[in-house]
Amino acid sequence: MKKVVFSVIVFTIGLLVLLHVLYEPPLPNLGELKLKQEYATKPDPDVDHSLFPELQEEFETPQEVTEACIECHNQRHKEVIASSHWNWERISYVEGRGIASLGKSNVLNNYCIGASSNEQACAACHIGFGMTDDHFDFENARNVDCMVCHDNSEEYIKGASMAGYPDRSVNLTNVAQNVGRPQRMNCGACHFYSGGGNNVKHGDLEEAQLSTTRDVDVHMAANGMNMTCVDCHSADDHQMLGKLYSVSSSDENRLTCDHCHTNTPHMDRMLDLHTARVACQTCHIPTYAKVNPTKMEWRWSEAGKLKDGQPYHVTDTTTGAETYLSIKGSFVWKTNVEPEYFWFNGHATHYILGDKVDTIPVQVNKLLGSASDRNAKIYPVKVHRGDQIYDPETKMLIQPKLWAPEKGDSAYWKDFNWDLAAEAGMKRVGLPYSGNYEFVNTEMYWPVNHMVAPKEDALTCEECHTRDNSRLAGLNDFYMPGRDAHAGLDLIGKLLIIAALAGVVLHGLGRIAASIKNKEVETEEINT
Amino acid sequence: MAKVYIYKRFERFWHWTQATLIFYLALTGFEIHGSYSFLGYENAVESHRVAAWMLLTLIAFSIFWHFTTGEWRQYIPTFSKLQAQIRYYTLGIFKGEPHPTRKSVRNKLNPLQALTYLGFKLVMAPLLIVTGLVYMFYRTIDANNMVIISDIPLETVAFLHTLGAYLIIMFAIVHVYMTTTGETPTSNIRAMITGYEDLEDEDEDEETTNTQSKNTKTSEP
Repeated sequence: MKKVVFSVIVFTIGLLVLLHVLYEPPLPNLGELKLKQEYATKPDPDVDHSLFPELQEEFETPQEVTEACIECHNQRHKEVIASSHWNWERISYVEGRGIASLGKSNVLNNYCIGASSNEQACAACHIGFGMTDDHFDFENARNVDCMVCHDNSEEYIKGASMAGYPDRSVNLTNVAQNVGRPQRMNCGACHFYSGGGNNVKHGDLEEAQLSTTRDVDVHMAANGMNMTCVDCHSADDHQMLGKLYSVSSSDENRLTCDHCHTNTPHMDRMLDLHTARVACQTCHIPTYAKVNPTKMEWRWSEAGKLKDGQPYHVTDTTTGAETYLSIKGSFVWKTNVEPEYFWFNGHATHYILGDKVDTIPVQVNKLLGSASDRNAKIYPVKVHRGDQIYDPETKMLIQPKLWAPEKGDSAYWKDFNWDLAAEAGMKRVGLPYSGNYEFVNTEMYWPVNHMVAPKEDALTCEECHTRDNSRLAGLNDFYMPGRDAHAGLDLIGKLLIIAALAGVVLHGLGRIAASIKNKEVETEEINT
Repeated sequence: MAKVYIYKRFERFWHWTQATLIFYLALTGFEIHGSYSFLGYENAVESHRVAAWMLLTLIAFSIFWHFTTGEWRQYIPTFSKLQAQIRYYTLGIFKGEPHPTRKSVRNKLNPLQALTYLGFKLVMAPLLIVTGLVYMFYRTIDANNMVIISDIPLETVAFLHTLGAYLIIMFAIVHVYMTTTGETPTSNIRAMITGYEDLEDEDEDEETTNTQSKNTKTSEP
C-alpha cells in the first residue's frame, strides 16, 4: 500500500514538473506593439501653405503653380526630374540584357499594351504637363506636376487625354494653397485606376482601400492602423521606396515587409525559419481583389466587333464590370482571387519593344528566381493572361497606335483597323512591320503585396503542406514535407507492411491449425 | 518452473515508454509525410518534435542503464543456436516442439531476438535518429542568415527517415506477434508488464518443459 501511495506521489510530482517545464506563457509581441505605437501618431503638417503670400495669386496655368513651388523648394524639382515617376524609365543592370534603360517608355504591358504613340491619353498618369508625343522635354522643370501628388484638397484631377494637364475645372489657387504630404487618393488616382478602371491592373490596390476594414487590409483599414501609402513607401529626395515589377527590373530601392517587421516577426521559431525562403505576403495575403473584381484576362483578339457599325460594350449585371468593349476586346474579372506562387529574387526581365518572341505564351515580364537561388523567396503573384497583336514575320509584339483625337488618324480606338494601327504604332517606335499580324498569347506577372489579412486569416500549414491541392503545387523544384513523397518508397513501404501483416497472420493461423491437429493426435494416442 | 523476476522496473518503464513514443512518432510522422490528416499539420509537427526529444532523453537514460547494469551483453549475438531458432519458428512451432533455447535472467533473448534487437539498436534507431536530427535542423538559411545544413538535399534526408519509419513499423508488427510465441500467448507480454515470468529452473530436465506447473511458488528476486 505504501508503495502505491509513494508511486502516485512521485508520478504526480513528475507530471507537475513536466507541465511546468513545457508550459510557455504567451509572450507579448513587443516588436509589433512598438510598431503600432509608432504609427498610431499621425504626422502633423509643419506649415500651412494657405498662409504663404506667394500662393495668394490667381494661377492661370499649372506651370505657374510649379514655378511658385520652386521659388521656395528650390532644389526639389531636381530630385523629381531624377525620379522614375518623371522619367518613366530607369537605367539598371538586367540579366541577359546588360545595362539597359527600361520603363513605361519602352516595355509593353498586358493591358493597353504600351504608351508609345498614345502619350496624349497615357500621360494622365505622368507627373508632368504636356507629354503629347515622344518629344517631351524631360529637362524642363516648369512641367513638373507637383500638385498631382501633393494636393490635399482632393480637388485636383488630371484631364482625360490632355497630355497630363489638369482638368479645366480645377481651381489651381485652391490646390496650391492646400498642398501637403501625399494622401491615399494622390497615389490611388493612378495606382488604383491604372489600366482603365478601378483595380484593373494590380488586384491588390483599389479604391476600397481609401476607407476599409481590417479583414481587407490591416494596414490601411480605417478601424486598423489607418496608414497611408507613403507611411511605408517613404520617399527620401523624391525617390519612392518600393518597386513595381511590371516596369522595374532590379532588386534595388525595394520595399519589403521586414523593413518594419524584421525577418523574425513571429513569436514562433518554426514560422520565423520560413521567412528565409517564403515572403511574408505568401501566407499573409491569402486572396486579393477582396472587395472589387480585378481583370484576370484580356483578349485583344476579340476587339473590333461592331453593332450597326458602332462600337458597343457588355457589362456583367452582377458585378457591374465590363466584359466586352469593342475598342479593347473581352475581359475576365475575378474577385477574391487566390494568387499563383513563384520564386522571385527581386529581379525581373521584360519584353522590350523590338525583342524577338522566343516563347509562347510571351512573358511580357518575367520574375526571376528558383529554389536553388539563395536570394529567391516564394511570392504570391497575380498572373494576367491575354493575347496581343503580333507580327509573325518579324516575330515582334506590335505597339499599336490606339488613341487619337479623331477618326482617320490610324488609331484603332477610332478606326478599328488593326493593320493601320500596327503600321502607325511601329513606325512611331522605329520598328519594322511586315504587314501581317496575328494574335499571340501573353502573360504578365504582378507580385501581390497589399491587402494583408489579419494574422488569424493567414494561411495555415495545411494549405501548402498537403499532398493534394497544395497552394504550392506548381513549384516543383524543391522537396516540401507533407506535399512531396518518394512514390517508390511509399510503395515499397506499404508492401513491407502488408508482407509483415500477412506473414504474422499466416504464421498465427498455421500455429492454431497445428495445435488443433496436435491435440487430436494426443487424444488419439490416449484413446488407443 | 519458477516465477522469476526477469524485467526490472526501469527496463519495463523504458520499454513501454519507448513503445508509446514510437507509436506516437509514427502517428504524427506519417501525418507530416502526408499520408493522412489527423491532428492537423501544425500540431503534428510540433508534437513530433516534442516526442522526438522525449525519446532521445529516454534513449540516453537507457544507454546509461544498459552499460551500468551490464545488460548490454544480452545483445551480443550468438550464432550457435541461431539456425535451430530459425528452424523452430518456421517448422518446430507447428509441430509442438519445445523452444530450442532457454530463457533466463542472464539470457533473456534467444539468438534470433538478440540479433534483431541489435540490428534495431545499431541500424534502425541510429538511422531514424540521425536523419531525424538532420531533418529537424535542416535549413537552407537560418533565421540569422547562418547556413547550418544545406548540402544534403532535404529529399534524401526525408527518404531515409521515411524508410526507417517503414522498417520500424514492420518491426513492430512482427515484434508484437512474436510475443505470442511464449509459453502461453500472453506470458511474454505479462512478463513485460509485471516483470515476472514462469521460467524453467536452469537445471531442470528437458522432459518437464511441456508440463504446466500451475502453482509454483513465487521466487523473489
